[in-house]
Amino acid sequence: MNGFGPVCRALSHFIFMSKTILEVRDLSKLYRLGEVGTGTLSHDLNRWWARVRGKDDPYAIVGQANRRDQKAESAYIWALKDVSFDVREGEILGIIGANGSGKSTLLKLISRITSPTTGGIRAKGHIASLLEVGTGMHLDMTARENIYLNGAILGMKRHEITRRFADIVDFSGCQMYVDTPVKRFSSGMRVRLGFAVAAFLEPEILIVDEVLAVADVSFQRQCLGRMQDLSNRSGRTVLLVSHNSTALASLCHRGILLKQGQTAFDGSITEAIHHYSEATTRRRVHWSGPIGNDDFQLVETWIRPVEENGIWETGTALEVGAVLDVQRTVDSLYFGFRLLSGYGTELALALYDDADSEINQTIHPCRISQRWIIPANMLAAGQYRIDFTLGLENRSPTLGESSGELLFELENLTGHGRQYHQQGVRGSDSLLRPNWVSDRRVTTIQDHNIVIF
Amino acid sequence: MNQDATDHQTSPTISSGDDVWTLVITPHRPLLEIPLRELWEYRDLLWMLVQREIVTAYKQTILGPIWYLLQPLMTMLVFIVVFGNIAQIPTDGLPPALFYLAGIVMWNYFAEAFSRTSTTFTMNADLFGKVYFPRLVVPLALVVSGLLKFLVQLSLFLIIFTYFLLSTDRLHPNLWILTIPFLVLMMAALGLGFGVIFSSMTTKYRDLTFVIQFGVQLLMYATPIIYPMSLLSPRLKQILWWNPIAHLIETFRFAFLGEGEVSLLGLSYSAGFAIIVLITGMMIFNHTERSFMDTV
Repeated sequence: MNGFGPVCRALSHFIFMSKTILEVRDLSKLYRLGEVGTGTLSHDLNRWWARVRGKDDPYAIVGQANRRDQKAESAYIWALKDVSFDVREGEILGIIGANGSGKSTLLKLISRITSPTTGGIRAKGHIASLLEVGTGMHLDMTARENIYLNGAILGMKRHEITRRFADIVDFSGCQMYVDTPVKRFSSGMRVRLGFAVAAFLEPEILIVDEVLAVADVSFQRQCLGRMQDLSNRSGRTVLLVSHNSTALASLCHRGILLKQGQTAFDGSITEAIHHYSEATTRRRVHWSGPIGNDDFQLVETWIRPVEENGIWETGTALEVGAVLDVQRTVDSLYFGFRLLSGYGTELALALYDDADSEINQTIHPCRISQRWIIPANMLAAGQYRIDFTLGLENRSPTLGESSGELLFELENLTGHGRQYHQQGVRGSDSLLRPNWVSDRRVTTIQDHNIVIF
Repeated sequence: MNQDATDHQTSPTISSGDDVWTLVITPHRPLLEIPLRELWEYRDLLWMLVQREIVTAYKQTILGPIWYLLQPLMTMLVFIVVFGNIAQIPTDGLPPALFYLAGIVMWNYFAEAFSRTSTTFTMNADLFGKVYFPRLVVPLALVVSGLLKFLVQLSLFLIIFTYFLLSTDRLHPNLWILTIPFLVLMMAALGLGFGVIFSSMTTKYRDLTFVIQFGVQLLMYATPIIYPMSLLSPRLKQILWWNPIAHLIETFRFAFLGEGEVSLLGLSYSAGFAIIVLITGMMIFNHTERSFMDTV
C-alpha cells in the first residue's frame, strides 16, 4: 500500500493537473488593531471623505507587516500581504505557518467569509469550507434534522442530501442516534457528524482548516482517507491547513508556507514543512568551543542529516560529529556523547571506545575527528538533546554536563511508525524505534486450556 | 471548456478567453448587486431555516404552538382592561376584543420581523464566521417563519371575528379585504428593511441594540393600535400620517370591521416607503455582509 500511494498520486497529477481551478492574485487583507468601536466613527468618516475624493484608504497606507511579537507601530496591520498562487484541479494544497501567519485569513478570504482589502480571487466551481466542525448545528434538533440543515448551509440541495443520507450516517458512525437531539451527543460525536456531512459534499474545492484535532485517531484516519479519495478518485481540489505535519506530508502534493502574511515558500510539501520547522524549531546543530583542560579540549561538535540538504525527519540517518584536541600523552581515554530526549531522559550513550577491544590505549598529542551515525528510522518524531562526555578511565570526567550541547527535532513525514509519537503520553520517553525482529503466532483459544477460577 | 463546473454558478460569470471563472472575488462590489440568483440557489436552506425556526421555538415546552395563540390573546386581554376599561379610550364603536386584536396581530408581525432580523449579524456571527452562504437567507427565513406565525394568529382573529359577525351587526366587512395580502407584504418589507438596516449598523455601533429595544415599544404608541385614528386632533393626525404603518393598520381594520380611516394616498405612501426602506436595507446589508466579520 505504501508503494501504491505515490503511484496513485503521480497518476492523479497526470490526469488532473492540467487546469487551474483557483487563482489568487496579490491578495491582501488589512486589519485594525485594538478595540473596534473607539474612534471608528471618525475613521469611517475620514475613509468616506477619501473615497469621495477618489483617493485610497488613508489607513491602508500605514499598515505594517504582521509580526505578533513586535510592538505595533500603527493601528492597522496586514494580516495578508500580496499573496499569489494558482491551484490546479485535483491538487491537495497544504497551507502551513506559525500562529498568526495569515493561514486562516487566507482561507476566510477564499471561502468568502470576509472580503479582501486589495487583490482578488477567481475560481471555477463551488467552494465549500469546513473551517470548524459543527458549523450551524442546532442543539435542540436531532441528528437527522441537523444533517439536512448542515448540508443546506454548506450549499447542498435537499435531494442531494437525501441521496447521500445513508452514506453520511454510515461515515459518522452515529446510526443509533439519528433521531436523538444533538445536545445529547458528545463533542467527538458532533465532530464526526459535522465532518461526515462535509465529506460527502463534493464541492469542486474543499477548504479544511484544522478540524480534526478533536476527533479520535481512528476517525482522523477515516477523514484523511476520505480527503485522499476526494482528490484521487473524483479529482476534487482540497485546501488544507494543519499543524500535523505527518498528515500534511502524506496527503498533500504541494505546500505553501506563510510567514507574517506573506508567501515564504511555495513548492513540494516536504520542502515546505522543512522550511517551516527550520524557522520555528529550537535547534542547535553546531557548537564550537573550545572547552576542557590542559590534557584535552573539545573543539567543535555538530549534527546533520547524512544526505546533502537532508531534511530533519525520522527517515533520515543523522551524523553526529566532534573534534577533539589531545594535548598530552594519555592512557585509557574515553570520549563520546549522550542522546537525551527533550524531557531530559538519557536514551543512549555512545563512546569512542565502543569499537575498540583495547581500552587502555595510549594516545599521543593529536587532533581526533570522530563521526557517529544514527541510522534512519531509529528515533521517533520528537525533540532531542545531545551532550558530550570526555575523560580518563577511573577518573572523574573532564567535561561537565551539557558540554558541546546540540539540540534537534525530528518530524515524521513518511508516516511509518508514527504511533510511537501519537500514542506516547506527553512526557513519555519511548522514543527509540529499534528494528527488533518480532514474531507473532496466532492460534485459536480452543487450543489452550482455559482455567476459570 | 470546463462546462460541468458552470452548473454550480454562484456569481456572475466572467469569461476571459476560453477560461470560465464561476466565482470572482474582488475588494469591492457594486452596492446594488443583490445576489438574487444565489438566493434562489439556496432556497432549500431558506426552507430548512424556516422549519428550524418553527420546530425549535417551542421544543421542550408543554403547550407548544399554543403559545402562538396565547401571546396575542393575553395582550388583547391586558389592553381591554388597561386601555379600554381603565383609560376609557374609545374603539370607534367596535367590540374592543376585535379592535385590539386586529392591531396586535398586524403590529406583532412587524415588530417581530423587525426586532428579530435586526440581530441577524450579531446572533449568527459564529455561523457566518465559518461558512459562506448568502447572508440574506437568514433574515428572509425569519420573515417567512414570522409570516406563518402571523397566519396562525390571523386565523385566531378570524374565529373571533366570525363570532362577532354572527352575534352583532356592528361589523361591516368590505372589498378592502382584497388588499390584505398587500398590507401583509408591506408589513414584511418594512420589518425586513428596517431589520437589515439596523442589523448592518449594529455590527459596528452596538448602541443601536438599545435603540431597537425601546424604539419598537415607543413606535407602537405612535401607531393606532390602542386608539383609533379618528380620535386624534387634526394636528396629531397630520403628524401620524407620516407613520407608514398607521395606514396599514387602519386599512386592515376598515376592511374587516368597517371602521377606520382609509386613503389611497396614504397606502401609496406606505408602499413607496416600504420599497425604499427595503432597497436601502438590501444595499446596506449587501455592503456589510462582505466584511462584517472584521468588526463584529
